[in-house]
Amino acid sequence: MKILVPVKRVVDFNIKVRVKSDGTGAETAGLKMSMNPFDEIAVEEAVRLKEKGVATEVIAVSIGEPKAQDTLRTAMAMGADRGILITTETSPEPLAVAKLLQVIVGRENPDLIILGKQAIDDDMNATGQMLAGLLGRPQATFASKIEIADGRAEVSREIDGGVETISIALPAIVTADLRLNEPRYASLPNIMKAKKKPLETIDAASLPVDIKPRLTVVSVVEPSERKPGVKVASVAELVEKLRNEAKVI
Amino acid sequence: MAVLVILESEAGQIRQASRSAVAAASKHGEIDVLIAGDEAAAQAAAKLPGVRTVLHAPGKEISEGLAEPLASLIVASATAYDHIVSASTAAGKNIMPRVAALLDVQIIPDVVAVVDSDTFVRPIYAGNALATVCSSDAKKVLTIRSTAFEPVPAEGGSAAIVPMPAAPASDASRIVSVTVAQSERPELDTARIVVSGGRGLKGSEAFHDVLEPLADRLGAAVGASRAAVDEGYAPNDLQVGQTGKIVAPELYLAVGISGAIQHLAGMKDSKIIVAINKDAEAPIFQVADYGLVGDLFEVIPQLTAAL
Ligand SMILES: Cc1cc2nc3c(=O)[nH]c(=O)nc-3n(C[C@H](O)[C@H](O)[C@H](O)COP(=O)(O)OP(=O)(O)OC[C@H]3O[C@@H](n4cnc5c(N)ncnc54)[C@H](O)[C@@H]3O)c2cc1C
Repeated sequence: MKILVPVKRVVDFNIKVRVKSDGTGAETAGLKMSMNPFDEIAVEEAVRLKEKGVATEVIAVSIGEPKAQDTLRTAMAMGADRGILITTETSPEPLAVAKLLQVIVGRENPDLIILGKQAIDDDMNATGQMLAGLLGRPQATFASKIEIADGRAEVSREIDGGVETISIALPAIVTADLRLNEPRYASLPNIMKAKKKPLETIDAASLPVDIKPRLTVVSVVEPSERKPGVKVASVAELVEKLRNEAKVI
Repeated sequence: MAVLVILESEAGQIRQASRSAVAAASKHGEIDVLIAGDEAAAQAAAKLPGVRTVLHAPGKEISEGLAEPLASLIVASATAYDHIVSASTAAGKNIMPRVAALLDVQIIPDVVAVVDSDTFVRPIYAGNALATVCSSDAKKVLTIRSTAFEPVPAEGGSAAIVPMPAAPASDASRIVSVTVAQSERPELDTARIVVSGGRGLKGSEAFHDVLEPLADRLGAAVGASRAAVDEGYAPNDLQVGQTGKIVAPELYLAVGISGAIQHLAGMKDSKIIVAINKDAEAPIFQVADYGLVGDLFEVIPQLTAAL
């Protein structure tokens, strides 16, 4: 069984991003970049399925600037067998990303595609579902557990109010939630080994896919700041403020 | 110009988040709604003020909410509409991007403001920036953040109900089991008061014995940080944050929560924020209207007793 794992290079989750002063976007220059945390979880799951003997090959694919090859090397250091980088200077929207991935799926015919449920930069939470729609394949989003048997995946999903378990026929798309697993740190020997793993680069412009954005960014602003608060000295003072000043209890 | 709003129901009532979606949609023209569920759900949908027609998909299978049949149903109904809208609930996030892809349009998730029929505001980077985007797609598919739109009332309308043909059952995807936690407390995303606990509680016993009595005294919903959920103090659907629930209650109490960017993303639009933390430097104090530096194991029982 082949697993495809799309991975995105994003600003590290520990960094609070600021808005550019001209209001055209977020200031990302010079910030630490990492693999989107949900994608790490997706890679981890794929690698575990390979270690269990369920999967035979794990292919990581990334779409973005040439630097996204760092992200692919990270995925390979975690255990992915090879990488595919689709290069583009623009930052394609989820629909375009899904269309590019559709081309790769056509070439590689994976049985399972595991994506992170959302990228922590644009917070879209969309690419997996869009890819499933384009491919006409079943989807299991927000997965906290995956089991593969008899050509199907049984997936526990985090839903409003609880957990739902569904069974979907492979080939299928799964998106990873936080509780699916805890990703490993790549060991130094594995980081070295990953440098020798195959990495294919494809220019997005060479693919028969229209990736022009559908959304124009009109402006990007900082949300309004909250008024500075006060420290209270005691429980009694807190209760008094909540009752008489804020009037919320 | 007409809008199709996808509704969710629970025990024969339209979810409040869906009523917020109707409110957001009312800016775009005539509103029809689509609901999968039993007769009671369709009746409840028909009572929403401002709704013209209820497209009702009856039947157990479609009501289970699987993405594939529901997305097909929505797409089959989409021709007459310029906007297709749902709340950004777990179900909305699951289904609407699939709908958008099938219609070859870019989804616009988590809308917090409608500028005009093509232009919408949505948070990015864990809410540290607000992007205004203008869509060039012929149809717009959006999910709206329910905390940003005052819901329409549950009653006041009398729309016609039109049955929708059920999609043929498929074995490609099926439900194995659903575990929904029963709780007497208000729903997290719509509660007036939320009491959230973090890793500072140090265990599920304290979560139950220290935090929950305070929530019950206030008639509040209970929330949690990711750390508290990961440690097993609280179930996953109580996670507040960038990748959990977004809440904006009148009063939010953060107890033993440090205030990571990802947590703030889910609660910083609350009207009044109270932080209780033993570390005076914890970032949560930067967004708190009232901060109390102290040991929660002393402070919370005192607070519960004082109310
Ligand atoms: C991709 C990604 C997504 C994430 N999504 C979310 C999300 O949606 N929601 C979310 O919450 N987090 C999320 N996180 C995690 C987030 O980064 C933080 O790790 C998490 O919020 C920390 O939870 P906490 O504040 O409970 O724990 P900690 O940061 O460990 O804070 C515990 C706090 O308790 C205080 N404390 C300890 N003992 C006491 C005591 N006796 N009395 C009073 N105070 C005490 C401490 O001073 C400390 O401030 C995400 C992270 C990633 C990478």
